[in-house]
Amino acid sequence: MTSYAYLIPVFPLLGFIINIFFGKFLKRGAAWVSILSSLASCALGLPAAYEVAKTGQIFSAHAEWLTLGRSTLSFGYLLDPLAATLLFVVTIIGTLIQIYSAGYMQDDPRFSRFFAYVSLFMSAMLTLVIADNYALFFMSWEVMGLCSYLLIGFWFEKNSAANAGLKAFLTTRVGDVGFFLGILTLFTATGNLNFTELESSVHAAGATPALALAALLIFCGTIGKSAQFPLHVWLPDAMEGPTPVSALIHAATMVAAGVYLVARSFALFSAFPSVMQVVVLIGTLTAFMAAFIALSATDIKKVLAYSTISQLGYMVTALGLGSLSAGTFHLMTHAYFKALLFLGAGSVIHGTHSQDIREMGGLLKKMPHTAWTFIIASLAIAGVPPLSGFWSKDEILLAAFDSGNKIVFFLLLVIAFMTAFYMFRLVFLTFFGTLRNHKIHPHESPATMTGPLWILALGAILVGLPGSPFFGHWFSNFIHGPVTQGTHEIHGSGAVHHALNWFVVGCSVAAGLGGILLAAVFYLGKLNPSVWVMRTFKPLYDLSIHKLWFDEIYSVLLVRPFLKLGQWLFIFDQKAVDGLVNAAGTGTVKSSNLQGWIDKHIVDGLVNLVGVVTQLTSATVRRVQTGLVQHYLLITFVSVILLMYFHVKP
Amino acid sequence: MIPLTHYLIFANFLFVIGIFGALVRRNIIGILIALELILNAVNVNFVAFSQNTSPDPATGQIFAFFVIAIAAAEATVGLAIVLALFRVRKTILTDEIHLLKW
Repeated sequence: MTSYAYLIPVFPLLGFIINIFFGKFLKRGAAWVSILSSLASCALGLPAAYEVAKTGQIFSAHAEWLTLGRSTLSFGYLLDPLAATLLFVVTIIGTLIQIYSAGYMQDDPRFSRFFAYVSLFMSAMLTLVIADNYALFFMSWEVMGLCSYLLIGFWFEKNSAANAGLKAFLTTRVGDVGFFLGILTLFTATGNLNFTELESSVHAAGATPALALAALLIFCGTIGKSAQFPLHVWLPDAMEGPTPVSALIHAATMVAAGVYLVARSFALFSAFPSVMQVVVLIGTLTAFMAAFIALSATDIKKVLAYSTISQLGYMVTALGLGSLSAGTFHLMTHAYFKALLFLGAGSVIHGTHSQDIREMGGLLKKMPHTAWTFIIASLAIAGVPPLSGFWSKDEILLAAFDSGNKIVFFLLLVIAFMTAFYMFRLVFLTFFGTLRNHKIHPHESPATMTGPLWILALGAILVGLPGSPFFGHWFSNFIHGPVTQGTHEIHGSGAVHHALNWFVVGCSVAAGLGGILLAAVFYLGKLNPSVWVMRTFKPLYDLSIHKLWFDEIYSVLLVRPFLKLGQWLFIFDQKAVDGLVNAAGTGTVKSSNLQGWIDKHIVDGLVNLVGVVTQLTSATVRRVQTGLVQHYLLITFVSVILLMYFHVKP
Repeated sequence: MIPLTHYLIFANFLFVIGIFGALVRRNIIGILIALELILNAVNVNFVAFSQNTSPDPATGQIFAFFVIAIAAAEATVGLAIVLALFRVRKTILTDEIHLLKW
């Protein structure tokens, strides 16, 4: 099965081609094309992932692509535990979300195009997952960026959606440039782009500054794609896209690609403790900041978006702390419950036609399937045992605890607390209490939407188990097995733990339950302290609700100067460049006029003069030719006489 | 024996008369006759020089025969042209025939 792994991304690509060219004729069938192509990828990908999981082997094959000097670029696939994990996540979630989309998007006029884009995205994401080198990785990375842009701006009639697409594209581009430079630096430093040989080539090159630079630049790609501080601003705006897209691309898979990139480059990163510290710093900062903003957001999707940023920060922190397994594990569990949360939010939006949680309330009775799955997912993200989020979050906290960095550990606990709080604020405001806006008539969504919700809910409950002590921390053994065979330990925490640290578990559970409890006090009870809190901590509240003023700062520092510069350049273009062009035009006309005059009067005059002179001369000379024979005879005779006179003269 | 000078003077007269006739006569027949005179003046010169100065007198005489033959041919062609011309133009006066003009 594994030898056909290269076919995994091919099916969605076929789906894309069919839908983009023939989607109009297929109408509703476009959804079937995409779903079937995804199912085909599942059918190939899941057994392959199972094969890797069962045997613990790495499968890879590659073909030569082009030779640059001494080194060769190849493309091929690499199925190791990391890729298998992502394959497991992407194929299942992708398929479920496409089934869900068939219901969610059913009235959209661009139905087939939506599925075409999603299929293209699936193809790129799967290529990225099984890519065995940075070049192929980067290409699919960019295609995903394109799909993200197209799907955020899918409803481009809305100005805000079009702008959000542009913003996402431009912001991630900043990171991508860094990533590309990082790849180039890595290639110059080691002459190798293959993941399998990354570790040995890094070891061979030694810990040079160039490699550290390469690691930092590659991390730029993560910052852009995974919406880390300071390039996180695009992700909340990306929620302008259709909700299934938010779930698939901007929560579960694509944004996780940045984390996957760090995990893929782990051998490179872990060689530089200073780079790892930068990673931890960025991750923690992002996680904290996003959680803080999520506390006050009122748009159901914005809350989830900031939650995503925060959780991605969590994963990045885990990787930065040297725990490859914790970061990847959280990536996997997060993909399930966050996809579920977004699909639940989509179902709520579908049922209420509103996104403002202040208007909702009491939806538990009206939309039971949506509500219960949403609550399961919220429990999972809040880290309540034994749901999946608990196990992965606990791993990360344990890694932070073991690293000895008390500040990071404490911050992560606070973030866990905040996460639980804002998630249950969302749950309580949406599903409990009474409906606040009576213009809303909520109804439960169709089975194509609730079906995937329940399957994902099952996932949100169960996918944590492989990493739990019940299964002997199978997951971290699995991830660490072949990849880090014979590697040094990083900070002493990259290793596999087999004992529960009851202190960490206690802290984590306390933070989660505490957050839920506080949210319940705030939003369930009769006394409503939220207004009081709002007033007392007004500066903090303002900071949160204005998203730490990031958009405004960027607007003042970057966007407006660039627009100004653009206007200046436009004026310069109009006045100076166009002026020059016009001057060149008029100059040419003038000079050609002059040339024309010279041609007409001087050159033609000379030619005519030659003609006139010839005519005049011939008019005179031809008079000699009288036509009278005797004249000729006379001339001949006289000439002969003269010749004789001059020649025969003694 | 008649000295060479006499022959030359005679031939000279003959030649001049021929030239004069060729230049002055208006009638083409007259011009043709004058040309015959010029040729015969040349013939006289040939024969005279051949007799008096050449080691082999036959040379000049053979030249004279050639000239006579060519003169005959020339007269024939000339008269033919004159006949043709007359048929077209009804005249044989040279000042009325200036076809070879510019």
